[in-house]
Amino acid sequence: MDVVWLSRLQFAVATFFHFLFVPLTLGLSILVAIMETKYVKTNDETYLQMTKFWGKVFLVNFAIGVVTGITLEFQFGTNWSRYSSFVGDIFGSLLAIEATAAFFLESTLIGVWAFGWKKLSKKTHGLLIWLVAFASNLSAFWILVANSWMQHPVGYVIRNNRAELSNFAEVIFQKWAILEFLHTISAAYILSAIFVMSVSAYHILKKQNLEHFLRSFKIALKMGLIFSIFIVFEGHFHGTDLAEKQPTKLAAMEAHWETMKAAPKYLLAVPNESDEKNLVEIIPLPGFLSLLATHNFNGEVKGLKAFKKEDRPPVFITYFSFQLMVALGIYFVLIMLYGWVKREKIQEHPRYLKILIYSIPLPYIACELGWALSEVGRQPWIVYGILRVREAASPLFVGQVAVTLLAFVGVYLAIGIIGFGLMARFIKHGIKTN
Amino acid sequence: MLLQDIWFFLWGLLWALYFATDGFDLGVGVLLPILGKTDEQRRLMYNAIGPLWNGNEVWLISAGGVTFAAFPLLYSIMFSSLYSALMLILFGLILRGVAVELRGKASSLSAKERWDWVFFFGSLLPAILFGAAFGNIFKGLPIDEKGLYQGSIFTLLNPYGLITGVLFLLMFMLHGSLWLGMRIKGNVQIFFGIAKKLWNIFLVVLIIFLILTPFFTNLLKNYLNSFVLSLEPILAIVFLLLIRFYIQKKDAFKAWVCSFLTIVLLTFFGIIGLYPNMFISSIDSKYSLTAYNASSSPLTLKIMLIVVILFVPIVLLYQGWAYKLFKTPITDNDFEY
Repeated sequence: MDVVWLSRLQFAVATFFHFLFVPLTLGLSILVAIMETKYVKTNDETYLQMTKFWGKVFLVNFAIGVVTGITLEFQFGTNWSRYSSFVGDIFGSLLAIEATAAFFLESTLIGVWAFGWKKLSKKTHGLLIWLVAFASNLSAFWILVANSWMQHPVGYVIRNNRAELSNFAEVIFQKWAILEFLHTISAAYILSAIFVMSVSAYHILKKQNLEHFLRSFKIALKMGLIFSIFIVFEGHFHGTDLAEKQPTKLAAMEAHWETMKAAPKYLLAVPNESDEKNLVEIIPLPGFLSLLATHNFNGEVKGLKAFKKEDRPPVFITYFSFQLMVALGIYFVLIMLYGWVKREKIQEHPRYLKILIYSIPLPYIACELGWALSEVGRQPWIVYGILRVREAASPLFVGQVAVTLLAFVGVYLAIGIIGFGLMARFIKHGIKTN
Repeated sequence: MLLQDIWFFLWGLLWALYFATDGFDLGVGVLLPILGKTDEQRRLMYNAIGPLWNGNEVWLISAGGVTFAAFPLLYSIMFSSLYSALMLILFGLILRGVAVELRGKASSLSAKERWDWVFFFGSLLPAILFGAAFGNIFKGLPIDEKGLYQGSIFTLLNPYGLITGVLFLLMFMLHGSLWLGMRIKGNVQIFFGIAKKLWNIFLVVLIIFLILTPFFTNLLKNYLNSFVLSLEPILAIVFLLLIRFYIQKKDAFKAWVCSFLTIVLLTFFGIIGLYPNMFISSIDSKYSLTAYNASSSPLTLKIMLIVVILFVPIVLLYQGWAYKLFKTPITDNDFEY
């Protein structure tokens, strides 16, 4: 294994781990804010206890998110120095803006919120968590604008051997960025909703803190229902935009080899990269790939063979990440719809509640698959069409990166096991009343 | 030209503010085994920094981000050259952050004590290594004409790098002890006692550092060229003396504010001495990275300038508010961990 491979693996470990904590931060902050607002308005102690319970979960999750995020920013410099000097003008400034204009606000105010129960008026305290929620979602916006620029670079010129900014507005308001932002926060809200619903289901089944968790369930359900349906439509537009701007990713995520009009979509295919075809293709829906990609049953969709081998992404990972993510997305819509229909008497549906409990890892998997699709599908480019991953890595020694990669795996495994373990114990414990 | 000059000093300012803010909570981590004899004392120490350490760490993200945005070439060459040292810093910061958050949720005393050690080492490593890194930045590192680093992590372990590391460590410990004196009621004598000792040792190490500086670095050149600049380090010394004065008066808050300003001013002593260099090549000065040859395009520098001028004061405002809220002694109501 060479340095580029090790650096890629290390970045993958660091980002995938970091993103285990990000989505819950984005969505749970809003849910906690809603609960606290209800408390401020009604003075009902139950809402206060809910706020404190979910707030504790939020804080642990947030802290691990913060500290694992720092390594990501620094890794661009340590492991991807050639990338950094090439794109710093644009990409670097987006990261700096994120820290200065958004991340500061959430990190500072969350501390005040956690420790300030007795120091602030109820209203001010309630306002803080809204600011935290707003700032964390704003943070996500800047980071996703930066990632979008790697997916579809705009507003730049190549000058002095690097990409220099030429139009800032074009970078932050490009269609890709808006769609990627909406997609990611929707996914985060679905994850947070399922997280809260699933924990609530556990307590509802055990009949402990029934009132607290029935209310939590309902608040989360609304969020989950809205965004699980929204993301289906949004995802479709994201896909057609992608079809136009990243044809290699589109071909790979559909395992589509030959350029053709009226391209079919298969419900299942098993791509074989060395033979440049699919081993298995099951249940074709004629013309559907063309329809999804071009809004026309007869539209032409470029196949992988239209691109040189060195310009294609790994097909197997890209294909299965996408298909599984979509399948999970559909599953989320179904559990939300069922929950919505039965919402008034949800405690009388133990089987549904049990299914919910075991569904807790699924939105996490869906989020990670989404990133796998996004990043693996962009290969071999680090900035689509202008800079290859091979040309972007730092001139380090294999030994250096091998050691830190092992350290990352070890430390993150430990944090993951201990962190999630403690969170689970706290969650199972439930809410102490009085 | 002017734009790059402004950015050079803003870059220095962000790092200085990082050291002055996160410095005290790193210091508290290092002081944990010294001052936290019982579980209750240690718990107090965690809660003393609890509300603020998250926000403090964002100065590091901001300083890193601004280095990336305004000086991409510096960011890429400096961070890849200092690879192993930076990774150790990052692992330290990760582990201590997790320790702060999870310690209170551990079920047994022995599990808590394990987290305490994680917190200690996770604070000690960054404190020393940031100092060692800056000492070596002042001194220069073997960077060749391609911007490739011709050394290893052991290159950093020279006498000057080490003394700067110790200097930072003591500075943060002093800063931390004053913060604790402000926030923990009761045995205040202990904190002022340890602060006094730390101040004395810090002064000795600072003098050694200053004596070694002309032998290892060119930091004094700018000061010799323009004497008026010497007012800056003199001001730093004034605040350093004021720390001692307020320790004597048992006014922990004022002593802490002076310590904050001392850290900013001492960092700037180095930054001014470095100007316009940012990463000096010890092989040949023409390979050095400067504010002029490592910067972003004028458009990016302008946009970022607007962002920083607009937002950094706002950040200072609400972070100042948070500090004000939590500078009072901890009461039974203030426990979160």
